Amino acid sequence: MAESTATGRQTTGSARAPSSFVVSLLGVAASLALTFIGLTAITFAIGRVMPADPVLAIVGDRAPQDVYDQVYQQLGLDKPIYVQYLRYLGQLSKGDLGVSIMTARPVMDDILRFFPATLELATIATLLGVLVGIPMGVFAAVNQGRWPDHVVRIVGLIGYSVPVFWLGMVALLIFYAKLGWVAGPGRLDVYYDGIVDPVSGVLLIDAAMVGEWDIFKNAASHLVLPASILGTFTLAYIARMTRSFMLDQLNQEYILTARVKGASEHAVIWRHAFRNVLVQLITIIGLTYASLLEGSVLTETVFAWPGIGQYITNSLFNNDMNAVLGGTIVVGVCFVGINMLSDLLYRLADPRVR
Amino acid sequence: MIRLKHLFMVIAAAVFLAASPVRAATPGDTFVIAKDIADIITMDPAEVFELTTGEIIANIYDRIMMFEPEDLKTLVGGVAESWEISADGKTITFAIRPGLKFHSGNPVRAEDVAWSLQRVVKLNKTPAFIVTQFGWDADNVDELVKATDDGHVQVTITEEFSPGLVLNAMSAGVASVVDKVLVMQHEKDGDLGYDWLKSNSAGSGAFSLKTWKANEIVTLEANAGYRHGAPGMNRVILRHVSEPSAQRLLLEKNDIDMARNLTPDQIKGIMGNAEIVVDGYPKGTVVYMAANGSHPILGKPEVVQALRHLVDYKGMADSFLAGQFVVHQAFWPGGLWAALEETPYSLEVDKAKSLLESAGHGDGFKVTIHTLTNSPFPEIAQSVQATLAQGGISADIVTLEGKTLWPKYRAREHDIILARWSPDYVDPHSNADAFAHNPDNRLEAKLTGVLAWRNAWADPASNELAVTARNELDLGMREKQYVELQKMLQTTGPYVIMFQQNEQVARRKNVAGFVSGSNFDLVFYRNVTK
Amino acid sequence: MAATGTLRAWLLAEAPGSSSQARLQRMYLGWLSLSRNPIAMIGLIIVAGLVVAAAIAPWITASEGLQPDLPNRLRAPGGKHWFGTDELGRDIYDRIIWGSRITLYIVGLVSVIVVPIGLVIGIISGYIGGIVDSFLMRFTDIFLAFPRLILAMAFVAALGPGLENAVLAIALTTWSPYARIARAEALTLRNSEFILAAQVQGVSTAGILLRHVAPLCTSSVIVRLTLDMAGIILTAAGLGFLGLGAQPPTPEWGAMISLGRQYLIDQWWVPTVPGLAILVVSLGFNLLGDGLRDVLDPKSGN
Repeated sequence: MAESTATGRQTTGSARAPSSFVVSLLGVAASLALTFIGLTAITFAIGRVMPADPVLAIVGDRAPQDVYDQVYQQLGLDKPIYVQYLRYLGQLSKGDLGVSIMTARPVMDDILRFFPATLELATIATLLGVLVGIPMGVFAAVNQGRWPDHVVRIVGLIGYSVPVFWLGMVALLIFYAKLGWVAGPGRLDVYYDGIVDPVSGVLLIDAAMVGEWDIFKNAASHLVLPASILGTFTLAYIARMTRSFMLDQLNQEYILTARVKGASEHAVIWRHAFRNVLVQLITIIGLTYASLLEGSVLTETVFAWPGIGQYITNSLFNNDMNAVLGGTIVVGVCFVGINMLSDLLYRLADPRVR
Repeated sequence: MIRLKHLFMVIAAAVFLAASPVRAATPGDTFVIAKDIADIITMDPAEVFELTTGEIIANIYDRIMMFEPEDLKTLVGGVAESWEISADGKTITFAIRPGLKFHSGNPVRAEDVAWSLQRVVKLNKTPAFIVTQFGWDADNVDELVKATDDGHVQVTITEEFSPGLVLNAMSAGVASVVDKVLVMQHEKDGDLGYDWLKSNSAGSGAFSLKTWKANEIVTLEANAGYRHGAPGMNRVILRHVSEPSAQRLLLEKNDIDMARNLTPDQIKGIMGNAEIVVDGYPKGTVVYMAANGSHPILGKPEVVQALRHLVDYKGMADSFLAGQFVVHQAFWPGGLWAALEETPYSLEVDKAKSLLESAGHGDGFKVTIHTLTNSPFPEIAQSVQATLAQGGISADIVTLEGKTLWPKYRAREHDIILARWSPDYVDPHSNADAFAHNPDNRLEAKLTGVLAWRNAWADPASNELAVTARNELDLGMREKQYVELQKMLQTTGPYVIMFQQNEQVARRKNVAGFVSGSNFDLVFYRNVTK
Repeated sequence: MAATGTLRAWLLAEAPGSSSQARLQRMYLGWLSLSRNPIAMIGLIIVAGLVVAAAIAPWITASEGLQPDLPNRLRAPGGKHWFGTDELGRDIYDRIIWGSRITLYIVGLVSVIVVPIGLVIGIISGYIGGIVDSFLMRFTDIFLAFPRLILAMAFVAALGPGLENAVLAIALTTWSPYARIARAEALTLRNSEFILAAQVQGVSTAGILLRHVAPLCTSSVIVRLTLDMAGIILTAAGLGFLGLGAQPPTPEWGAMISLGRQYLIDQWWVPTVPGLAILVVSLGFNLLGDGLRDVLDPKSGN
């Protein structure tokens, strides 16, 4: 899990005229483009050294040589690698992500189908992490050294150290199979499949939009377990970071001053210390969210969740490079975007970094 | 600011949402199967060769000849009502059943039948070899396969093949009868509807394809006007669930009707459940090891013979393979016409050691075993590794995904490979052609579809017998020849054939009528009732 | 007793006589601080337990846990088999103990690769700044933006499955945050007085980086590393789960969970015991890392 530290780009002098804003914007665009190219180039290179044969993925292992050669040429694999790469970039600039070998559909279609599923999971898991993790972290920081602190830290650390795929299976066994509290693997019961039009791809939103509350509840029931599993990890991380940040704040002079001045404990914690922690927290939350968006292939396998993680993984195993590239780009863009947003927020909010 | 109060409210809401009665059991008119369907990449019968898709199109399309669920051993006419074989055995004239209709409503004409076969040859995808081996190609197929009038299709072969074989080939997926009128409406740039048919259907079978969401779900809808009568279920759904444990849980909670990928141990685990029944279906898949003939040590016949004695067939079949694999040591699966059921080999370390001695390798040697990552292959590999060690052979195991393993195999880059093979169509020649028939062993020949070539083994006697049996007109003689060929390969050649698959299917006890035959595409949904 | 008394006095002396004594004093004080933290001590005990188990494995196990014993498969824990047997009849306790060697191997090798690379890139970038900084950070960002498991998987799949390749793959995806941390530290140190003093004295850039900047950045990198150990172990387990890590019959814990997961329902011990092992060891590293951070990082307010 990546932690953001101050990028600390040193700027000299005070705020300048608007032209510097344009320059910095251009700089941002340039660095985005560079990251992009780097991402795609590396993925492309990976595709070429992958021992999985994309032609065999289409024709099967018992295809005679002439069928194999025909498809090999169709895929453009006989051209030198830089030609293929340039061709790919050209298509990309037109918004064409190519066609997936494994699903026989345009990669864009696949992504629009799989990504919202991951988005759903990531969002709810992050919400869980935030709503439970932050209060936990604050609670621990305030009671530092005493047993609530220890309990929170241990619980957090366990949540952070457990193999997610194992926990998922155990949770399915207990909460679905034995207790029947939640729905099982998959996004929706078979009974409800295909009824709601995939407008946004996020079942909860789509179902709510047309008022299909049974489907909404069913989708939510399917979401509970995988989101909780992912949320446990998120929650542990956020709690730990919150505690750490809060401790930093609570040990500072101004807190002592506030207390001496007679502020209530509640105000000291929330209105003073927490407020100063908020920006750092947002950065952390952003990063957590972004890393969840890459889709946890392990969770998705256990819960039969058709998300982007299993899409990229299966494509990788089949050397379906269009799909891998498409998926990586989407995830990479989200990651970079969120990263940049948090960096921006951080710099705007923290005068020391300017 | 975030307060504890808010937190409790959110948690309470979540619990309320989760705890409310939200689950519906499977609807009474829908048959829900949980299976790993990640292998589906197309729905076009001219291109389909994967296991799951093979079974799906068998339920969407009627074929020229068919094996019906009521009697899986007898080849009968499907779209063809009757047929006549010419005196020289090279021309078969099929009479098309009158009154048949496609799902679209279009009538099934001889024109459609001929066009379907011509299309397979012209598109020349992987399974095309099943019919192009008869001497058909894009230039001559319009002549050799043609509708002579509205109700008759004439099929002529130019190679020497037993007409029995041709009829068997007409029961394969490539002989699916496709709705020419409908498909040509969706043709693009002369592709014969290839692009459209990848994710749509145009058949006349018991079901039509409603949706296919890759790696998620396949939905089939019943064809009420099917020639055998309306199917028992209105819909058939195949849900993609790649985890066998998840399949089991879904079955136990009645969220699915049938689980297709349970492992032997999981089957044992649910045996006690009164709601669930386990059925066993012998399948045509054969698990084997092969030694690369171009390897200096493995190329020696005595060494391969030693390998045959260094496998604990019984131990594996009785333990982690119990119920899903039986010991079988010939290349054509048991239970089929011309099968060889004798299993002469067992774990005999002393015999193996003396064979290795006579080959000059009494001190043993090192090899690598390549195999697939999915169960039970790693387990089988580990058991073999242990028994090989008893003979002094030290083996490393490398597990790879299929798409990574096959290129190595096809390029002869393996030492020992542990893999499986299932017939492409129900005729012994399908396997004989792969295991026993290698007409050109040179590396440049690239007969990558032939197992014997991949293992760099070519034997003139085996080649000759394979061709003779292929062309033999007399059925009795033909059967004898295949048995002889299998016996030959039990003592010569690079193969250590070990097991035959027995598919175990777990279903809710109220589900009846599911039929699964020996070939991967002989699976029928139309008689299922709940 | 007298000897320890004087040793302790020497370590606690107010005015150290030499720089090595000062260093030893700092380490001793750090140790005292650490030992007063019960949670960190638990972590230390767990990690130490891991190392010891790996070292004395041949003496505390009955076999190497590699030989299949088919008639004995899937036995419940108890009696001869403390943790039961797995799907091929091998004793799980033996495999866990021998697997600890593999866990240590993974963690050790990754650390040895990641720390130097991260440090080097980070401090060069932070200290020198300018174009070099932008370029190196761009390079780091690309690796950061890459979906981690995907990059690791692609690397392993390209090189072929196996433990060493998995380790390399994990290292490839883990080094970027360390570069960033080192860079941040180097940036703050860049303008500090003693660095300026060294520059004035004519010490070369390389000398400054090596002898002054690097040691100061090392502690935060190491703290981060111990916290990441859990992540490294889990990533290795994940790769094992996907069949890309150690090859059978190697008793790598992640692969044990993967190959054993189909038995979870009836023979729960087969995937659960390795899962618990991973949990305990990850926990140990995390606790230790937390403790180290409390000791080494002056801002944590202890």
